[in-house]
Amino acid sequence: MSLIYGLVTGILFGILLQKAEVLRFDKQVGALRLMDMTIFKFMLSAIAVGAVGVYLLKDLELIKLSLKGTSIGAQVLGGTLFGIGWAILGYCPGTAGGALGEGRVDAIWGILGMLFGGGIYALSYPFFKANVIGIGNFGKITLPQILGINHWIIVVVFVAFIIFMFGFFEKKGL
Amino acid sequence: MNRKTWNPYIAGALAGLLLVLSILITGKFLGASTTFSRSAAVIEETVGIDTSRFEYFTTKKGKYGPASLPNWQLLFVIGIIVGSFISASFSKTFEIVKVPPMWAKRFGSSPLKRGVAAFFGGAIALIGVRLAGGCPSGHGLSGLSQLAVSGFIALTFFFLAGLITARLIYKNKRG
Repeated sequence: MSLIYGLVTGILFGILLQKAEVLRFDKQVGALRLMDMTIFKFMLSAIAVGAVGVYLLKDLELIKLSLKGTSIGAQVLGGTLFGIGWAILGYCPGTAGGALGEGRVDAIWGILGMLFGGGIYALSYPFFKANVIGIGNFGKITLPQILGINHWIIVVVFVAFIIFMFGFFEKKGL
Repeated sequence: MNRKTWNPYIAGALAGLLLVLSILITGKFLGASTTFSRSAAVIEETVGIDTSRFEYFTTKKGKYGPASLPNWQLLFVIGIIVGSFISASFSKTFEIVKVPPMWAKRFGSSPLKRGVAAFFGGAIALIGVRLAGGCPSGHGLSGLSQLAVSGFIALTFFFLAGLITARLIYKNKRG
C-alpha cells in the first residue's frame, strides 16, 4: 500500500512540477543566474503552505516531525558540493526524472551520474564519517527549539519573509 | 490539465498541500536523493559486488542497503517521471530536447559534451546531497516546512555554491 501511495504522490508532484515549468534546465540555471525566479516561487510557496500545515497538524497531535540531523560540517561541505553539481547538471535528484518525463533526454546522463555518485559516496562514507560529519553536530533541532520561542512566531515571520520575497521578485520582473 | 503552464505560486502552494497530506495520510515526508544511493546498491549487487563490505550500505540496519528497495520513495521518484510525462502529453509540451537551450548558447549543441558534463555534475551533486543528508525536496520542502536547522544551513549552501558556480560557468553574460 505504501508503494501505491508513493506512486500516486509522485505522479501528482510530477504534474505540478511540469505545469509550473520548474523541471527545465533553463529555469533551474536561470534561477542560479538570478534571471528567472520561477523555481524559487514554486519552492517558497510550497514551503510556506507546508510550514503552516505541518505545525498545525503537529499541534493537533496528528503527525510527528521527521527531522534530519544538523551537522555543520556535513551541510556546509555537502551543500557546497551539491550546489556546484546542480549548477552544472541543471536538474536535482527530484526533478531529473521529471525532466526526462517531458522529453529532456540529457537528464538520462544526469541520472546515471547520480547513480554513480551514490556508489562513490558509499565508498567514501568512512572518510566523511571520520572527518566531516562530526563537525558541529547538534542532532535533530528546529529553529524554534534553539531560539526558545513559540513555533508560531517563527512560522509567521518566515511566511511574511517569503511573501516579501515574492513582492521583490514581482517588482523586479524576475 | 490541457493548459501549458500554471502560475508557479499556485502550483507551489498545491505542492505544499500535497506534502502536508502525504505526511498526514502516510507519515511520509517528500524526498528523493536517498533513492539514488539505494539504487546504486541494487545495481552493485546485480553486477556481483558484495555491498555488505561498505559501511554505508549496512549502517542504520541497512537503511540505505539493497534490501531497502522497493519502498515509498522509489515509487515517488518513478511517479514524478510518470506525472511529468502525463502532464506534458496532455498539454502537448512534451518535446525531445537533447541539449538545453541555455547550455547550447554557452557550450554549443553537442549532446556528447552536454552528456559528459551532466554525468559528472550529477555525480558531484549526489555525493553532496548524501553528505548533506538531503536534496531540495528533503532538506528544502520537508526540512524548511519543519523549520529544521539542518534545512536552513543546507539550502543556504546549495544556493550560494550554485550561484557562484553558475556565475563562473556563464561568466554572467545575459541571454
